[in-house]
Amino acid sequence: MRRLLHFLSGYQKECILAPLFKCLEACFDLLVPLVTADIIDTGIANQDVGYVMTMCVVLIVLALVGLSCSIVAQYFAARAAVGFSGRLRQALFARIQGLSYTQLDQQGAPTLITRMTSDINQVQNGVNMFLRLFMRSPFVVFGAMILAFFIDWKTALIFAGVIPLLGAVVLGILYLTMPRYKKVQGGLDQVLSIVRENLTGVRVIRAFNKEPEQQARFDGENRRLTKLQIAVGRIAGLMNPLTYGLINLAIVVLLYVGGIQIDAGALTQGQIIALVNYMNQILVELVKLANLIVTISKALACANRVADMLEVPQDMEQPQHPVTPESLGTVEFQNVGLTYQGAGGASLSGLSFSVQKGQTVGIIGGTGSGKTSLISLIPRFYDATQGRVLVDGVDVREQSAAQLRQRIGIVPQKAVLFTGTIRENLEWGAPHAREDLLWEALKLAQAEDVVKNKPLGLEEKVEQGGQNLSGGQRQRLTIARALVKQPEILILDDSASALDYATDAALRTAIRGMKNPPTTFIVSQRASSVRHADLILVLEEGHVAGMGTHEQLLEGCPVYQEIYWSQFEKEGSGHGQQK
Amino acid sequence: MANKNKLSAHQRSMALKGVLKRLKPYRLWVGLSLFCAAVSTVLTIWLPLLVGDGVDLMLGPGQVDFARLIPLIVFLFIVIVLTGVSQWLMNLCNNHITYCVTRDIRRESMEKIQTLPLSYLDAHSHGDMISRIIADVDQFADGLLMGFTQLFTGVLTILGTLILMFCVDVWISIAVVCLTPLSLFAAWFIAKRTYRKFQEQTRIRGRQTALVNEMVQNQKVVQAFGREETVQQEFDRINHRLTRCSLKAVFYSSLTNPTTRFVNNLVFAAVCIVGAFVVIAGGISVGLMSSMLMYANQYTKPFNEISGVVTELQNALACAARVLELVNDPAKVEDAPDAGEVVPDGRVEMQNVSFRYVPKRPLIQDFNLKVSPGQRVAIVGPTGCGKTTLINLLMRFYDVDAGHILVADKDIETITRKSLRAGYGMVLQDTWLMKGTVRDNIAFGKPEATLEEVVAAAKASYAHGFITRLPKGYDTVLGEDGGGLSQGQKQLLCIARVMLCLPPMLILDEATSSIDTRTEKKIQDAFAKLMEGRTSFIVAHRLSTIREADVILVMRDGRIIEQGTHSSLLEKKGFYHKLYYSQFAN
Repeated sequence: MRRLLHFLSGYQKECILAPLFKCLEACFDLLVPLVTADIIDTGIANQDVGYVMTMCVVLIVLALVGLSCSIVAQYFAARAAVGFSGRLRQALFARIQGLSYTQLDQQGAPTLITRMTSDINQVQNGVNMFLRLFMRSPFVVFGAMILAFFIDWKTALIFAGVIPLLGAVVLGILYLTMPRYKKVQGGLDQVLSIVRENLTGVRVIRAFNKEPEQQARFDGENRRLTKLQIAVGRIAGLMNPLTYGLINLAIVVLLYVGGIQIDAGALTQGQIIALVNYMNQILVELVKLANLIVTISKALACANRVADMLEVPQDMEQPQHPVTPESLGTVEFQNVGLTYQGAGGASLSGLSFSVQKGQTVGIIGGTGSGKTSLISLIPRFYDATQGRVLVDGVDVREQSAAQLRQRIGIVPQKAVLFTGTIRENLEWGAPHAREDLLWEALKLAQAEDVVKNKPLGLEEKVEQGGQNLSGGQRQRLTIARALVKQPEILILDDSASALDYATDAALRTAIRGMKNPPTTFIVSQRASSVRHADLILVLEEGHVAGMGTHEQLLEGCPVYQEIYWSQFEKEGSGHGQQK
Repeated sequence: MANKNKLSAHQRSMALKGVLKRLKPYRLWVGLSLFCAAVSTVLTIWLPLLVGDGVDLMLGPGQVDFARLIPLIVFLFIVIVLTGVSQWLMNLCNNHITYCVTRDIRRESMEKIQTLPLSYLDAHSHGDMISRIIADVDQFADGLLMGFTQLFTGVLTILGTLILMFCVDVWISIAVVCLTPLSLFAAWFIAKRTYRKFQEQTRIRGRQTALVNEMVQNQKVVQAFGREETVQQEFDRINHRLTRCSLKAVFYSSLTNPTTRFVNNLVFAAVCIVGAFVVIAGGISVGLMSSMLMYANQYTKPFNEISGVVTELQNALACAARVLELVNDPAKVEDAPDAGEVVPDGRVEMQNVSFRYVPKRPLIQDFNLKVSPGQRVAIVGPTGCGKTTLINLLMRFYDVDAGHILVADKDIETITRKSLRAGYGMVLQDTWLMKGTVRDNIAFGKPEATLEEVVAAAKASYAHGFITRLPKGYDTVLGEDGGGLSQGQKQLLCIARVMLCLPPMLILDEATSSIDTRTEKKIQDAFAKLMEGRTSFIVAHRLSTIREADVILVMRDGRIIEQGTHSSLLEKKGFYHKLYYSQFAN
């Protein structure tokens, strides 16, 4: 929490005033029993109606002043808490925008989203409650005790005895229950994961007729969860009876000691009533305090997670004096290697090749062979851990990442579109692009029909995640989005997987036929997608297993041969190999 | 939130009925809980009166009646201990009731999920179902627990205190009764004012969450297109609005407590003034007046609590309604009462089959197909052409709209699903593995299999190699959905899973894209081994499969548009022809 405190700067006034006014309110609350004692001891004892009336007016004034203090306090607390969380959200979102790919991989989107939403809400709630109550409750408890000492120090010793006892009970129960609540949460997560697993795997489960077994598995976890819940409930259920019992036992002792003191003339009847009142006030505040501790500890856990997130260091150094190279369209890898953070082995090693302007490079290989890793190095999504990557003749680490990426058009594996219109999505490539440029890109991407068939054309809404479009349509639009950029380098990362062979082929022909074709990288599993490339890189476990044209590789690269012949049978072998 | 939890009167009564039905098995506990609640409440109400009696026994110096004070104190002691014990017992009962009822509801929901037809599960968001079973049930538990504890005791306290106060003194009681509605009015007034602010906050927060979800999930694309700043601006704009609106919502709602406390203080002052007059007039003793003051405090507290409890209960009920909606959904797969067993022999026949997911879009119409034992049926077509539809019908995940599907001459609607599905082995493209060891996963369909059998199946499907390289071999625990394994490895385990059972009919999806070419070749051999002598339906991606198939079904846009052998389809020069040659484009 301390690490987040600076987000409260500018709210120092609020942070001081809110608790201060809360304490003021508490003061007036604490005065009430004294006034009541006066009414009884002076007003009633002397049958002084005027005095009673005056004192009652005092009571009402106290209540009014208390109310206004409280409202002021609530306002300042709300301001500080809401302002704090607003800034925190903004800072965290900005931090997420600046995370490198490596860090995004490590954190994972669900975690980041939880930090952004529920965690920050919890922190806001915690700050708000803290400002309102952290001073007030102890203030009332100790204030009541001190006032008790003013009334009669001998009887007040009971307060001094019972308050630590109560504190021990409250803290003890919290200490015992909190780790157990964590266990309950763990149990709930288990149950949740079984439900999720059963929903995603429903076809397999039914195909294997395993419903009863899955139900039994669920029942087991479910019962375990209930057991945990009941166990923690048993302890938590002690809180109210114990605090209630202790306070009232203290009142009983108070009556006895008070009786002795009154008998001795050290105490009046009104004063003993005031003392009983104080005891009851302490009880109320202690219950509040227990709740506050629970809220705060939850908020603290969230705050720590958010702070950890904010403190993730920038792991990709930006150059002090970025070089802006001439736009050549060349790409060169010099003995490049890449080992992901925390990975056991290298994902890429010893890669060397160079590509000229306008050339097409095909990258083929099995899963995990490093195809996507390779192309991720060109826009500097990751830093090579070995060797150098040069774009336009300059090491990518010496260029400004923003400018570098501006020159590169990427079509990612997953066809992602964003909420908005088709036009807005295309404009991700180039803000305020001319209409004819948009259409040209659509045409190249074989997406012209997709848009033309929509009633609203470019203004057609894209729902979240592009749900209202088919996989193939989405993919073509993401290709168009990259082309709108008029990139100098175009990267298609297995982007034709949702296209049928004919469209895939038409797309490749269209790109090759462009007036000023970009240097193109095509990542694919299909030999047909890369066979016409100027250069084909065959990857296997992060190494180059072969490099050259289709004909050269077919001649001399066993891995390529294997891939190719598994997809295209040897010509002339007639009806295929019978196995 | 507020909207989500609004129920119609009918829904509410349905939900209430559902909850009461599920409480029934625990009626003894409920009875005990109510008894303890009654005892503790009565004792709690009685206590101030006893304390007041005590105060009356100490009028002043030398006037303290110890002879009566001591027994009173002993009595008080007993009352307090009894109160504490009964409170604790009540808490225990409530815990037991709440957690058992929620356990039962969760179990029921899970049982329901096991019997819901796939058409339902496909059409409903899994996230929503999960949140009903987990989050809603949990919130229901909280609400039920709190409601149980506080509503009953709250009402009892109010009634009891009122009766006692009226017994002690009518005037003071009237003053209290007249003033307390103020507190309720204030709470109601503030709630009404804040409601709209909260609604607005919910709306803006929802928009912000949607933005965060969308952008963070696709953060890599955002960065690839250099859109960080634009996205941040959009976020800041919404964030600014949220902050402004939250301030009002949080502030207004935080006024409830001070306001009700203020009203309580007024009540207290009123009791003081009226009480003082009554005491001066000789109506009651000072001790009784102090009891009245304590009552005034005790009496207003449940009012504040109850308003909280009522919203909590309403939320709980809304949560219950959502879970029960799932549990009570009439959709259910049930075998015909006279359903028999089938011993599949590899013969499959489709007679005049028609099927559609949505009424407006007929997909399969009047489709006929006859497959002899050991034949291979290849299903081809562009991605997303609905190849899974056929699998859905064959496995009877969905029922045909018209026509019949026969397995070994028996209409699959007249046999149990269990025996039908036992006849098929299925390897789907989206690999699904459960949390558990590798061995458990392979033996999923045959839990009694020995380790030797499991290893043999793994070897036959070329999974043995990588399994032995895992940290604990066959005992390696896989995370949810096979976490930690590559897509290819997961696929191999799925094949091994079928390899162990070897049913007479197969449904295979040639998921080539996720397995590296070498393993893929081996998998081809494994598939071939698997298919030997078995009727197979293969979602085909490779030419060799297509060429070797006895029947090819060509699908497009969810429809079967052509049917025949490789050569006959090529001669037809239809869509298949185009599809086939497009692979050799240019």
